[in-house]
Amino acid sequence: MTEKLLSDLRIGEQGIIKHFIDDFIALKLMEMGCLPGEQVILERLAPMGDPIAISVSGYSLSLRKSEAAKVVIQQ
Amino acid sequence: MGLFSSQEKENYLRIAMAGNPNSGKSTLFNLLTGLRQKTGNFPGVTVDLHVGYTRLSNGKKVEIIDLPGTYSLFPKAADEQVTAEVLCNPAHSNHPQLTVLVADSSNLKRSLYLCSQLIDTGMPVILVLNMIDVAVKKSIAINQEKLSQLLGIPVIGVNSLEGSGIAALKQLIESYQQRNDHPLIPANEISAHNWLGLQQIMSCLTPYDAFVTFINRRFLKDAAEQKIMEDFFAQQQVNEVQLQTNEAVIRFKKITGVIEQCVAYKQRNSYELTHKIDNIITHKIWGFVIFLAILFTIFQFIFSFSAIPMEWIEMGFANFSDWVAHALPQGILNDVITGGILAGLSGVVVFIPQIAFLFAFIAILEDSGYMARVSFIMDRLMRRFGLNGKSIIPLISGAACAVPAIMGARTISNNKERLITILVTPLMSCSARLPVYTLLIALVVPNKNVGGVINLQGVVLMALYLIGFLAAIGAALVLKYLIKSREQSYFIMELPIYRMPQAKQVGMVIYDKVKVFLLEAGKIIIAISVILWLMASFAPGNRMQEIEQKYASIGNTISEQERSNKMAAEKLEASYAGIAGKLIEPAIAPLGFDWKIGISLVTSFAAREVFVGTMATIYSVGDQADERSIRQKMKEELNPTTLQPVYTTAVAFSLMLFYAFAMQCMSTIAVVYRETKGYKWPLVQFLFMTAMAWLSSFTAFHLLS
Repeated sequence: MTEKLLSDLRIGEQGIIKHFIDDFIALKLMEMGCLPGEQVILERLAPMGDPIAISVSGYSLSLRKSEAAKVVIQQ
Repeated sequence: MGLFSSQEKENYLRIAMAGNPNSGKSTLFNLLTGLRQKTGNFPGVTVDLHVGYTRLSNGKKVEIIDLPGTYSLFPKAADEQVTAEVLCNPAHSNHPQLTVLVADSSNLKRSLYLCSQLIDTGMPVILVLNMIDVAVKKSIAINQEKLSQLLGIPVIGVNSLEGSGIAALKQLIESYQQRNDHPLIPANEISAHNWLGLQQIMSCLTPYDAFVTFINRRFLKDAAEQKIMEDFFAQQQVNEVQLQTNEAVIRFKKITGVIEQCVAYKQRNSYELTHKIDNIITHKIWGFVIFLAILFTIFQFIFSFSAIPMEWIEMGFANFSDWVAHALPQGILNDVITGGILAGLSGVVVFIPQIAFLFAFIAILEDSGYMARVSFIMDRLMRRFGLNGKSIIPLISGAACAVPAIMGARTISNNKERLITILVTPLMSCSARLPVYTLLIALVVPNKNVGGVINLQGVVLMALYLIGFLAAIGAALVLKYLIKSREQSYFIMELPIYRMPQAKQVGMVIYDKVKVFLLEAGKIIIAISVILWLMASFAPGNRMQEIEQKYASIGNTISEQERSNKMAAEKLEASYAGIAGKLIEPAIAPLGFDWKIGISLVTSFAAREVFVGTMATIYSVGDQADERSIRQKMKEELNPTTLQPVYTTAVAFSLMLFYAFAMQCMSTIAVVYRETKGYKWPLVQFLFMTAMAWLSSFTAFHLLS
């Protein structure tokens, strides 16, 4: 079990959301179904490497790398 | 609407439609209301919402409001705020008696978050399970009775693509019950604060309603109520973030339990096709190539395929105008109708095919899910210019019309990015500039095909749109450094699955937009055409009679045709319109414009498309029998002193650039005023756009001539 940031995942890698570092981003993500305990998979990167798209709770969600860096995941 | 009498309006049922973005809410709204809808301004919120009407089988009339999509009752962006205000404030004039919550069946868990919040506020709710995609239907099975029982509200499955389930939904609306009194998550489970007490002081429906009102207290208008909230905040020592985090965790736990009991997943992944498409669409290189190719196709379509219906309209108007000129008795009324109204109107109606094409493409790009991908691939680039990936949607819609595009900027939650988007969107070439461009391009660019397929006129048109886009992001970059903000920017957005756009939906958008264009623009154009005709036909004192006498006395030294042309030209110059045009001539002469163009620039301030109508009116005053198109008339227009054509390549390009950059649209100024809540930003925008227009026209004119 290692902890890392969502922004450090490589394409195809997955992890479980553990907690958030930023309150505002936490609220926004949580009401869209990204809760602690949910599994996330890094689906793809935008052409310039940012933003990223993750698969969570059965759908695709895009967010910036800086926002993903506020999400701590467990592998 | 004319559908119901005013008395009926008093006692109809008010319904709101709410749901997550991309839940298929608007499709369902269109199915329920058909063409009986309107876009209106609402008191309290400076926002346009779609309102439609329908009748139930018992004869009861229903007013339905289509609310902007949101994920929760706690707004993070301006459009979500509208939804929260309408739903949570009983004093709001659009507060519904019943809410139809539209859930995308493939994302039920997320949809139920908003749904359960709404149920707990005490609002009567009907849950609609929208089977958007056949693949979704195949991959999940939902036990509707069980779900209805667990949530305590009516649940119904609808397929908004096939239109099935609509009759049953209307039946449910008809027999809707008062709210159930069993909250899914009682407020005291979220925190131990005295929500019941707050509910009583604020006369909210439920303790959870008091909780929502408290979190959203910044929207309260009443000072006494604000005071109550501040006192509550101080006395009870509330940590708002903690509250909302608690709520999300508890609520989703409950929802997961509900879903486990009534949803079975037959196959886990129904998005394979979407993933495959995304591999190409968001590809490093192909992503941008495809984006440019799509834009290129749109402009080729607009130019090539709309040519035929445009010709029909032009011919139809010419014949009709000719018929009217002969059918009505000669005189001032005849002149006003043919020379003023019909000439002005035909110049506008003729552009309906192009506008229909443009709006159709934008609707297809939005409905298919492609626009979200464009935001995704462009965010990094847009951020450098002080914009947001989501800015690309207002910018592209700005190619249709800046007014809805600027309102579309509400989805951008960061105020600075939203403001910059609003300020630069009018630089995108809108459909009202299209008539101006088309006319001028046809005048100076040969209608030739390059390499057999690429239409040269289409290329110039695309270049003009490109210039508009470059100007927009260039201006954004400057504004990025001028506007200060410390607010956090974010880009958290769903990438919806791809869907086949529905012909019916696209048709509705075209119908709606063309209707608005005709009614709104038509009104202004008729008024301006008549005013302009009057100004062009009359002069101070008896100048007109003097000119007539002068030409009568010349006799037969010149041909009849030449004499009447010269007289018409001299009359126009002497008229009130001529005087006005001459007044501004010194300011625009450096750009290559004469006083006739000056008149058009002034009238264009009402709306840019008025340019064509004005030109038509100016060039047809005095010779109604003339059936040549405006284009021919402009082509043959000679400068009275040099006897060279007025519309040279330099003048035409200078004029096109002026229209590309100048802020000549009252509606846009009005919407910017509304969206930014003040005169400051519309004024700043007007000034910088006028400066850009003048300088670029000046440069183009001197480089080309």
